[in-house]
Amino acid sequence: MYIGAVRRLYPLGRFVINLLMIEIKNIKKAFGDKTVINDVSTVFKTGKCNLIIGTSGSGKTVMMKCLVGLFEPDSGEISYDGQNFSEMNEEHRKNLRQSIGMLFQGSALFDSMTVEQNILFPLDMFTKNTPAQKLERVNAVLDRVNLQGVNDKFPGEISGGMKKRVGIARAIVLNPRYLFCDEPNSGLDPQTSLLIDKLIKEITIEYNITTVINTHDMNSVMEIGDHIMYMYQGIKEWEGTNKEIIFSKNKLLNDFIFASEFLRDAKDMRMLEAEGKIDKGDIDELLK
Amino acid sequence: MSFFTEFGLYLLTLKGMFTKPENGKMYWKEFMHQCSEIGIGSLGIVAIISVFMGAVSTLQTAYQLVSPFIPLSTIAQIVRDTVILEFSPTLVCIVLAGVVGSKIASELGNMRVSEQIDALEIMGINTKSYLIFPKLLASVVVIPMLVVISMVLGIMGGRLAGTLTGILSPAAFDRGLHQYFKPYNVFFAMAKSYTFAFIISSVPAFYGYNVEGGSLEIGRASTKAVVVSCILVLFADYILSAVLL
Repeated sequence: MYIGAVRRLYPLGRFVINLLMIEIKNIKKAFGDKTVINDVSTVFKTGKCNLIIGTSGSGKTVMMKCLVGLFEPDSGEISYDGQNFSEMNEEHRKNLRQSIGMLFQGSALFDSMTVEQNILFPLDMFTKNTPAQKLERVNAVLDRVNLQGVNDKFPGEISGGMKKRVGIARAIVLNPRYLFCDEPNSGLDPQTSLLIDKLIKEITIEYNITTVINTHDMNSVMEIGDHIMYMYQGIKEWEGTNKEIIFSKNKLLNDFIFASEFLRDAKDMRMLEAEGKIDKGDIDELLK
Repeated sequence: MSFFTEFGLYLLTLKGMFTKPENGKMYWKEFMHQCSEIGIGSLGIVAIISVFMGAVSTLQTAYQLVSPFIPLSTIAQIVRDTVILEFSPTLVCIVLAGVVGSKIASELGNMRVSEQIDALEIMGINTKSYLIFPKLLASVVVIPMLVVISMVLGIMGGRLAGTLTGILSPAAFDRGLHQYFKPYNVFFAMAKSYTFAFIISSVPAFYGYNVEGGSLEIGRASTKAVVVSCILVLFADYILSAVLL
């Protein structure tokens, strides 16, 4: 009986899951004569790390700013869970924005506030919880991003990696449904970059949120790129997963991703492995 | 950017402030913080300027009144009216345009450049309302108070200078203070203070909020905000004097 009920409810569940996403259709944005985004359409799925990659000036940041409403697209449609963002009134947008968290390139922490006050700020502004409940939530998110004992420090007193974690903690403190990260690894060492990537990935799965990440970092592409959109001069040049990127024949994408000889060699080895010409043992042997 | 474009953007920025606050308590907290920053933060410089302004007025008035037919108490009368009508509202507000105006412009400019304003916008907060309105309101509340304090300190400075230099006795100064006093002058000074307070908070807020670029632009915006505020204060001073006196 239960199996029958589950089977009957399954299409409804799939329908709801499909609604929980960000969809963009034919977005265009120009500044004066310069077209920065030209007719881009894609879907950013829930529970996945959706990456926007591309060279500097390819339109990634403008795309993200259009997505969160900091820029208005000239034409096209942006839908959050089936609701057209472009047609929402200011009040509706404000409500939606409370379910959006964003990690900025420079973390954008409030300089005059301590770490604790930075994370408390959205709670103070939008919730009616008691001070004790708010503090409990702040400590919970700080624990989640593996930061302890920094509550009373100011942003100027902590490292770049810690600032990013505080930025993530602030972004998730209101339990957002969407998380946007603009260059989360910029200015960080490779090890800290990996930790931040891992954290974003874990949070995406744990909270089942739609995460959109703007990045240049190839480690991020390979590690957490569930869905990758490559932009070139304002257009969507390629779209796929981190598994597919290895085997892509797109020249522009390959020139961008595998720019160094080391990465080109790594790609060649993976392709040879996939074609069965060498096995993983050979690769490991070569790497030794 | 043409004058009309800039003026239009200024009006739009002001219009954008008037929305329902997301959380009244947080806005009140920010308003009180700004009152403290602008009021207490500027009290020292206002006090120093006012005392010396009054003292110098006494000395210079005495220097110019050489006729033995004019009673000494007239010096106090002139000092009183000069301080109330012009020195306290205008001079103090010009100094505050530098102190408060540059602070507002650079604070907002820095928030814009470091994406803190974008962060607030994405949280669903009307940044014009949350960042500019409390500053503007605090200025309009606190700056007239500073002007009143300046008037008192300016007159006291004049009295002190008159006594210390032996130009006129405290009794003669006090007698002069009471002669031909027009309460309308205080009303005029307050009208000027409110107008100037609005100018020296809204103009720098506009330039700071709309900064584009990096730290160099923050400096430029800050300088421009102070220069434009000072010019507008002087212009408004002339218009108000022509209309109200």
